[in-house]
Amino acid sequence: MSIKHAAAIVGIGDVELERGKVIGGKSVFQIQAESAKKALDEAGISKQEVDGLFTAGLWGLPGVGQFPSAVMGEYLGIQPKYSDSTQIGGSSFEAHVGHAAAAIQSGLCEVALVVYGSTQRSDEKRLPVKPPELTGQFETPFGLPNPVGGYAMAARRHMHQYGTTSEHLAEIAVATRKWAQLNPQATKRDPLTIDDVLNSQMISDPLHLLDCCLVTDGAGAIVLVSPERAKDCKTQPIWLLGQGESHSHWSIQGMPDLTSLTAAKNAAKVAFEMAGVTHDDIDVVEVYDSFTITALLTIEALGFCRPGEGGDFVANQRTAPGGGFPLNTNGGGLSHAHPGMYGIHLLIEAVRQLRGECGDRQVEDAKLALVNGTGGTLSTASVCILGRE
Amino acid sequence: MDQITKPTPIADGDSGPFWEGCQEEKLVIQKCKECDNHIFYPRYVCPNCMSDDLQWVEACGKGKVYSYTIARRAAHPSFKADVPYVVALIELKEGVRIMSNIINCDVEEVDCDMDVRVVFKDQEGMLIPKFELI
Repeated sequence: MSIKHAAAIVGIGDVELERGKVIGGKSVFQIQAESAKKALDEAGISKQEVDGLFTAGLWGLPGVGQFPSAVMGEYLGIQPKYSDSTQIGGSSFEAHVGHAAAAIQSGLCEVALVVYGSTQRSDEKRLPVKPPELTGQFETPFGLPNPVGGYAMAARRHMHQYGTTSEHLAEIAVATRKWAQLNPQATKRDPLTIDDVLNSQMISDPLHLLDCCLVTDGAGAIVLVSPERAKDCKTQPIWLLGQGESHSHWSIQGMPDLTSLTAAKNAAKVAFEMAGVTHDDIDVVEVYDSFTITALLTIEALGFCRPGEGGDFVANQRTAPGGGFPLNTNGGGLSHAHPGMYGIHLLIEAVRQLRGECGDRQVEDAKLALVNGTGGTLSTASVCILGRE
Repeated sequence: MDQITKPTPIADGDSGPFWEGCQEEKLVIQKCKECDNHIFYPRYVCPNCMSDDLQWVEACGKGKVYSYTIARRAAHPSFKADVPYVVALIELKEGVRIMSNIINCDVEEVDCDMDVRVVFKDQEGMLIPKFELI
């Protein structure tokens, strides 16, 4: 069974940020509504047609955010036939796209809205320390910096096992900044060098401050419809060709191999087989870069190089504009924006690239894009392969 | 100003025997009677074969540093005085991994695959397993 061509993305929307914050003190509901309205308006779809609602959030917790789909449904005035609040962190939205396509294919809904927002920067909220209960009882008493500590351990093990260096990781931060410099919407656009990264403050060895993503606000929305409904939309449909998802663990203690993203590997295998394409066919790659090491491990797990070869793969600015492997072309979580669960922005950028809307950062004639969301502590993954045809 | 206390584990139905063992300076972990798999953290069923026939065994308390990080910023205000400190994943001889701190050494001394042994340290009135280099 496959969901290839089961649904098309016909609308996307996001919001402008100023120094990483929403403009005018908008609420987390306002920016989601703004994104959803943009996505529906550009497709020429009325809100009344939305019969599938997909969302996950970190807002309003503890409190009203416990039931994000019901809350956003109420706020937007949507009473869906199909509701999905799958919460697997930063990869939730890639999973939502797959779930939406499956629901559309089976006739359970026809127009799906995926929406996310965060005002974590404006609210000056950080990820809370996990209470020392349930799995937290085996982490929190030891002062594990959350979430950077788990990623730092993965980086350390990769360095130990394969000789990967801080310079390799810095290559990713620098290349991603070069893409951000081509994106007027990106939060960080100043020039950046390898030495700048290596000389930035050490946060959790071996990860420096500039190995870490930004902490910003942000929101995004995606509208998916059936092939039949796509014919009447105002936008060029971008097709879901393959999707896979998995999770291998939650606590970093339970990660089978700290140098290998089992979940992403398995998700990619499913997505590639479904799409019937090969790695060489992919024109642009958008992967979660919560930290530089996240991107490096993901490139390996997706199969663009062999395990342990990620350092050499990204050397010499391979992933920068003009470097031969266009990666995170909006400037990524490292330099564009990172509103807590960044995965929706990976999808939005991939759609913009495939539509040819990216101006200075446009990857020439991009026909196929691969998106990989990562959530938890390298725990969850979902891959979407998107195409113009 | 209120004194900021360090977080201590909240034991539950799964983990009670583990933390009780620590209070007697014993590192007790589960072992599956069906498939002989050692298990950490404690569970109701074996994550390998789903058997509920599990026993508690005392681990030898020795293992290797699988990976680690040096925290240069405190994870919680109560750890500020400890910065920099090492948080590590220890692979016990029994094959399971456990998170802990490497103590009684300079943080720069620690490296992957080094041999370590358990020591029990008081944290807010509770004995917690920590590790030191051998």
